[in-house]
Amino acid sequence: MSEPCQFAPRDWNSHPPQIYPEYKSTPLRGPTKPLVVLPQTLSELTGPVYGQDAVGPLDHDLTKLAAKDGEPNGERIIVAGLVSDEDGRPVPNILLEVWQPNAAGRYVHTDDQHDAPIDPNFMGAGRCVTDGSGRYRFITIKPGAYPWGNHYNAWRPNHIHFSLFGPSILTRLVTQMYFPGDPLLELDPIFNGVPAASRHLLVSKLSIEISEAEWALGYEFNIVLRGRRATPMEH
Amino acid sequence: MVPKQTPSQTVGPYFSYGLTPEQYGYDYKQLAGSNLAEGNGDGERITIRGQVFDGNGEAVRDAVLELWQADSQGRYAHGSDPRGSNTGFKGFGRVGTGTLPEHYFEFHTIKPGPIGDGQAPHITVVLFMRGLLNHAYTRIYFSDEVVANGDDPALALVDDARRHTLIARRRESAAGIVYQFNIHMQGEQETVFFDA
Repeated sequence: MSEPCQFAPRDWNSHPPQIYPEYKSTPLRGPTKPLVVLPQTLSELTGPVYGQDAVGPLDHDLTKLAAKDGEPNGERIIVAGLVSDEDGRPVPNILLEVWQPNAAGRYVHTDDQHDAPIDPNFMGAGRCVTDGSGRYRFITIKPGAYPWGNHYNAWRPNHIHFSLFGPSILTRLVTQMYFPGDPLLELDPIFNGVPAASRHLLVSKLSIEISEAEWALGYEFNIVLRGRRATPMEH
Repeated sequence: MVPKQTPSQTVGPYFSYGLTPEQYGYDYKQLAGSNLAEGNGDGERITIRGQVFDGNGEAVRDAVLELWQADSQGRYAHGSDPRGSNTGFKGFGRVGTGTLPEHYFEFHTIKPGPIGDGQAPHITVVLFMRGLLNHAYTRIYFSDEVVANGDDPALALVDDARRHTLIARRRESAAGIVYQFNIHMQGEQETVFFDA
């Protein structure tokens, strides 16, 4: 039997630190002791498998999925991209889950008390699966900015939450996609918690190729998961 | 080296309708929930129950936990396990801490068997919450597996004084078998978190 492939480590030059004091929920929630490094056993090299069977026919279209009696308000957009590993290999047939606020910056979550309207035709959650070449695509409404309680006059930049599985539990990733040119980015402690050299990896690009004429602008957001570990040389 | 991996970001406080919609009462089918054993009779039925505590010792109300585990025979339902699970057991569950009193989480599952590589039976836990910038990754071991735990190579990597943070305590009652497993993000009892 061939050994299952091992994965490259989490790149801590790319990910945020465990505690970033400017984001005020982190000092009491981030682990303080060093992580214990485990060898990659079968428990790490396997993970939940969800493919097309986990996705409903409208899950990739957030403008239709929860529509009651019309179109949701706001600017319709297409978000698409490639999921690959660090070595550039596409990652096919993996599930993405997304969630976001509506165009007015309001989440349907009952904890969200922001004084902005709920949209009866928009929930803001969806799912899609990468195709055989690692590409995904979904349709939604451009999310609005909203205030939060981190500090006086704190506003989150427009963003969409992403959750991905990948080939094993080690490639699990939850992240946020931002929009190009958003002036709130430089003020946002969640975005700024990411090391400066990798922040651009979270910002989508306007793409005329993904856009559809007379219908919707397209944004490209490519996602890179952990790659394979370099194999030691054979004797 | 130029960083390439897409950076992690917090799951934030509003994940429920995206990740755990049925649990929180939203009209959207969820991928997975608290019952991993649903429709599957093979193995010892157990409940895993606990709380997640922040650095002030307060139970976290907006965490979401994921379990990944082998079936009762120690087989994973994944292509990298050549044996595969043949019990129909998927092995994945997901629960938020926002719906039970005192912010408990509760999973109903099957006690996993040993994988067969010398490791004691265990369950992988992935934890997300507002204020957690990278998901935390830990393991649940079982208090009734004293001998196997003593020989487990992963537990052997952990300081003696911290090993207990990874061991769920078994309690049997008329209501069934319940393992208590609390997660402490910080402090003297800080749970051992792994990187792999």
